[in-house]
Amino acid sequence: MEKKVLFEIKALYRDDFRVSGFSFGHGEKAACIVGSMRGNENQQLYCCSQLIRKLKELEAKGRIHEGKEILVVPCVNPYSMNIKKRFWSIDNTDINRMFPGYDEGETTQRIAGGLFEAIKDYVYGLQFASFYMPGRFVPHIRVMKTGFEDVELAKKFGFPYVLLHTPRPFDTTTLNYNWQVWETKAFSVYTTSTEEIDRASARQAVESVLNFLRKTDVIDYDGFEGYVSKVVSTEEMVTVRNRTAGFFEGKAGAGEHVRKGQVLACIADCYEGNVTDEICSPADGTILFAHAEPRAYQNTAVYKIIPEKDEW
Amino acid sequence: MIETVVQVDLPVDETLQIRKMRLQPEDGGNGRRISIVTGIHGDELEGQYVCYKLSDYIQKNIKYLAGTVDVYPALNPFGIDSITRGIPAFDLDMNRIFPGNTEGDMNEYLAAQIVRDAAGSDLVFDIHASNIFLTEVPQIRINELHRDRLVPYAEEANVDFIWIHGASTVLESTFAHSLNAAGTPTLVVEMGVGMRITQAYGDRLFAGIVHLMKRLGIWEGEDFDVRTPIVSADNEDVGFLNASVSGIFLKNVEHGAVLKRGDLIGRIVNPLTGTVEDEITSPEDGWLFTIREYPVVSEGSLLGRILYGKESSV
Repeated sequence: MEKKVLFEIKALYRDDFRVSGFSFGHGEKAACIVGSMRGNENQQLYCCSQLIRKLKELEAKGRIHEGKEILVVPCVNPYSMNIKKRFWSIDNTDINRMFPGYDEGETTQRIAGGLFEAIKDYVYGLQFASFYMPGRFVPHIRVMKTGFEDVELAKKFGFPYVLLHTPRPFDTTTLNYNWQVWETKAFSVYTTSTEEIDRASARQAVESVLNFLRKTDVIDYDGFEGYVSKVVSTEEMVTVRNRTAGFFEGKAGAGEHVRKGQVLACIADCYEGNVTDEICSPADGTILFAHAEPRAYQNTAVYKIIPEKDEW
Repeated sequence: MIETVVQVDLPVDETLQIRKMRLQPEDGGNGRRISIVTGIHGDELEGQYVCYKLSDYIQKNIKYLAGTVDVYPALNPFGIDSITRGIPAFDLDMNRIFPGNTEGDMNEYLAAQIVRDAAGSDLVFDIHASNIFLTEVPQIRINELHRDRLVPYAEEANVDFIWIHGASTVLESTFAHSLNAAGTPTLVVEMGVGMRITQAYGDRLFAGIVHLMKRLGIWEGEDFDVRTPIVSADNEDVGFLNASVSGIFLKNVEHGAVLKRGDLIGRIVNPLTGTVEDEITSPEDGWLFTIREYPVVSEGSLLGRILYGKESSV
């Protein structure tokens, strides 16, 4: 393993800002794995730490294939992590809205540009990603429909689901989108949580990444074989919303199979405690995403369900 | 008359309302409408003064009003109330969620209702104030996709500068783009600085709005003279000055300065070591239409923008 600084900026009063990478093996730039890009992405950082630990073991055993190099970038934004701020410390900009970056631009454009220059030539690009809404996910792979996407390759992770996502205008400045435009096979790996560390789902994610690297002939690994992935487009998912605002009492969680009409959650008045809305599943299916905050605003997407057509 | 554009109930004893002031003659007017919108970014307050001044002026001279004036002073009330640029609790830039979605979450729903309400206006002003870091001369920014329709309006809005910039996919999520794409002409004004009100700039824009109201047949009262702005349609005309090092930026000139090549714009100093880390000079002759206001800079922070080869219109 070699630790290297991929990008750095000198600061006025803080230690230098550094984006560090950990490389394993030598040769073709086979796979790059990126972890936390925002200051609250503890799970994504944790996943990378576990992946690095595992890759060190594999490298010591000679299990990285000859002529292949893997790079892990556990954290793109140590500054924000260390002060518990989600976005960039001074101007609150999001590094994952700055790709492909610009080396003569503003600070976060330079960070994105510096990182992208170091990672844009890898064959496979994996990012442990997070969702902007607070909640818990069934671990899955998300692929943006850019015209360069490779769904068959996404199945090699062995996650239960591969989600196909149509990019919105602001997605065009994400790492995943730009990796694809630069012809890297890019995938976003979603685990259960973001701020909280969920060790079980982190382990599943790390196993899936190692599984992917084995199936793409980058490493030798005898581990998790995985599921036969089901491919779902985000347009097929059923969004369930609450009609009233108040305390959110979830009765079903991410990963659960639910029946049409089953009560998923209740909303209770924050002052008087009476139930103001009972949220029922509009379809048979599996909960991909479940809201996980004590309160919910009116009309929040509290559940996202993958409808099942002929299972059960 | 104050009208509620959209409202949603919040969890704890509060309703979020986005409201507007609708000003009309008693008979309802001639059907022509101008909308003045601001407060998408909660830390940009320059538009607050313009909304107040315009509303006050029209109400005191209501007999001259022939059409409808809608004034939306706070599209992001949470942000304005909490000195937050985006939408608090969501960490979301409101100007990246348009045109919204009536079936979407709370913020997308709000955005969709705002667009629905403002759509169909003969002209919309979307007033911004740069951000807390930069001070701007009064200017209108136009996406090149909409230049033919918008430049004739912008030229009469009493600003110093019209900047026609390249199309960008990211900007398709803005309020102005959504309305322009739907056929409602919308001008984006940038002026002054975040968290402050520059009344002289507000007075200028107020005069420009009244002038355009007159031109649109919405106003039959006094007109105001407007200045002729510089129009830049060539992106290579605009130079960006970025910090070469981190430090404290001490500006040597104000925004609007006419510069000769080599003129000192400012210095980046290190108070810990007592040293000057960099001196920022003008690369060419030009007009400094943006300058950094907030002193703390990281490597890459924007320090200013220069329109090369131009002199101020002021």
